[in-house]
Amino acid sequence: MRTLQEEGVDVIFGFPGGAVADIYDELVKTDIRHITVRHEQGAVHAADGYTRASGKVGVCLVTSGPGATNTVSGIASAYMDSIPIVVLTGQVPTELIGNDAFQEVDIVGITRPCTKHNYLVKRVEDLGRVLKEAFYVARSGRPGPVLVDLPKDVIKASTVYRSIKSVELRSYNPTYEPNFRQLPKAVKLIKDAKRPMILAGGGVILSRASEALQTLARKIQAPVAATLMGLGAFPGSDPLWLGMIGMHGTYRANMSSAECDLLIAVGVRFDDRVTGKVENFAPKAKIVHIDIDPTSIRKNIPVSVPIVGDCRLTLQKLNALLEAEELEDLHQEREAWRDQIGEWKATMTLKYVQKDVIKPQYVVEKLCEITRGEAIITTEVGQNQMWAAQYYQFDRPNCFITSGGLGCMGFGFPAAIGAQLARPDRLVVDIAGDGSIQMNIQEMATAMQFGLPVKIIILNNRCLGMVRQWQQLFYDRCYAHTQMETAPDFVKLAEAYGALGLRATRPEEVEPVLRKGLSHPGLVIMDFVVEKEECVYPIVPAGAPITEMLLV
Amino acid sequence: MENEKEKRHILSMLVDNQPGVLSRVAGFFSSRGFNINSLCVSETTDPLVSRITLVAVGDMGVLEQIKKQLNKLINVIKVLDFTDVDYVQRETALVKVRAKPEHRAEILRMADIFRSRVVDVGSEYYTVEITGDEGKINAFLKLIKQMGIKEIARTGVVALAREKK
Repeated sequence: MRTLQEEGVDVIFGFPGGAVADIYDELVKTDIRHITVRHEQGAVHAADGYTRASGKVGVCLVTSGPGATNTVSGIASAYMDSIPIVVLTGQVPTELIGNDAFQEVDIVGITRPCTKHNYLVKRVEDLGRVLKEAFYVARSGRPGPVLVDLPKDVIKASTVYRSIKSVELRSYNPTYEPNFRQLPKAVKLIKDAKRPMILAGGGVILSRASEALQTLARKIQAPVAATLMGLGAFPGSDPLWLGMIGMHGTYRANMSSAECDLLIAVGVRFDDRVTGKVENFAPKAKIVHIDIDPTSIRKNIPVSVPIVGDCRLTLQKLNALLEAEELEDLHQEREAWRDQIGEWKATMTLKYVQKDVIKPQYVVEKLCEITRGEAIITTEVGQNQMWAAQYYQFDRPNCFITSGGLGCMGFGFPAAIGAQLARPDRLVVDIAGDGSIQMNIQEMATAMQFGLPVKIIILNNRCLGMVRQWQQLFYDRCYAHTQMETAPDFVKLAEAYGALGLRATRPEEVEPVLRKGLSHPGLVIMDFVVEKEECVYPIVPAGAPITEMLLV
Repeated sequence: MENEKEKRHILSMLVDNQPGVLSRVAGFFSSRGFNINSLCVSETTDPLVSRITLVAVGDMGVLEQIKKQLNKLINVIKVLDFTDVDYVQRETALVKVRAKPEHRAEILRMADIFRSRVVDVGSEYYTVEITGDEGKINAFLKLIKQMGIKEIARTGVVALAREKK
């Protein structure tokens, strides 16, 4: 039973129940810290945030039936973003499985398509091996969530503990080393390119390849864009930085992708929000695609040089090969390209006009300024997420934690709780909307109970802003059910939980409220009453080429 | 995107012989919008390993994606694609055919021509067992159809690569 400790687990996010009572009975005898959430979805998001901020595998423990089903959104979110977590669910005793017993649900069946792998443990003798495998599968290769379903009789039974040193699965051998024949092809393309560009994704952060990526970019003087999941992989303050690409990407990043003749894509999977209309994506470019997951390559976009391998190892080897090459001449040839990007950068910047109502972008910009870009930022989903991505400047990896692939509202706050636990030394801020925050607001009690000083910033526009924006732009301003005028008084709500609540309604109050809130030693909600009809720009209509941006 | 590029592919894979593995494979096909034309599962000489033989239709891009995704499943040990390989394929069908007195001789003759056997005889129906590749079985069914087929059970294709000569 104590394989968990061997795996270095020191925190478990969970919620007790009948089927897992035996584990809880054992758990209190260990020094593993248990964070009791208020809803199981929160436990999974918290484990996700914990994993991203610490680099360790986050663990959840929930009971059978509803406890298990409540974890599904969190698991699906971690799956889409390739975040390694292990979810332990209770199950009814083996002899009752299939009987429609109380709090029974086939969670292995339910989560099969949204986990990297899952297990039902039927014999206590298998438990140690399965747990070991679960951690191994979760963190190796392209990481992902693994669920282990534990029937009550199996966890009640005892067995001789045998330490398992290593895991070997004959059917699972991820490729880390890039194929040595592919790398020289990439080098050749780099040398031939006049207008190269690098696109960094979440894989760069997961494989800790940020440093190698920066070396490559500087060596070949290629500008770098990132996907939402890749933010932080390349410093936002670097002159080579293009910004985020895609539906809400910067003008220069999207235009660069359309004009470049070489796109080096690292740890990305070419999501539809990144590519826009696939036929028009990077039409002039040869593409080098580096990813550890072979299924990501050529899934959506044809590729000239596919390289399956760990992003960090591959980039390091690529850099080593480039070391031997004479690249100085290239830099001259690429001057026109740099000038073009410089022009895009100068003429089409992200912009908004701050008048007498608070603009949400202004809040994020001020936050970035006050925290010097050093906070760990989690986000909910929607406009708040995009403004955070656009206006907060990330210089380091593992500082931007968001539900990218699934776009799971209610993610940010529990993820912030997890991140704060992983990094008690750091300032952790959840940038939220008034809609999303209400999806897991109950975790206020969790943060209070465990003394986690998360700072919540609500960009309160009294509506579900992103959908409202689509309605405004694409549905003739028919604001069907996106108005949220009925909402709690977030200041009083914070106070009801024993936290600090602050509100700003005028632009000049933004900075003082931020300063006061951020310096408060405990949990804070800062409620910013912002412009209701503000939109996220640029925006590319769904299904259009990413060069067709609406800019204002 | 041309329809003519869509081909029938036989995939043969070795998987862990565990409960839930077939569901993973089948679930992958349905969740990614691919279609399985036929499917056959059985144990191999190693009791820990099963072989799944399945037939799917798609162009090479789809097939490549299917193979990569199948390989990604933790319980899938190996995926073989018989597209560019010499292979032997067989399928067995049991066909319950209406045996009117005036047709009985014809049914037996046809069974003989196709080197199949009548394995069950009732007062109104004969059950014929036929083995061969898909084309042979389809040809047999086409001929016997006019007499009236009551029921049919087909195993789906099984295949193995030919040994190098």
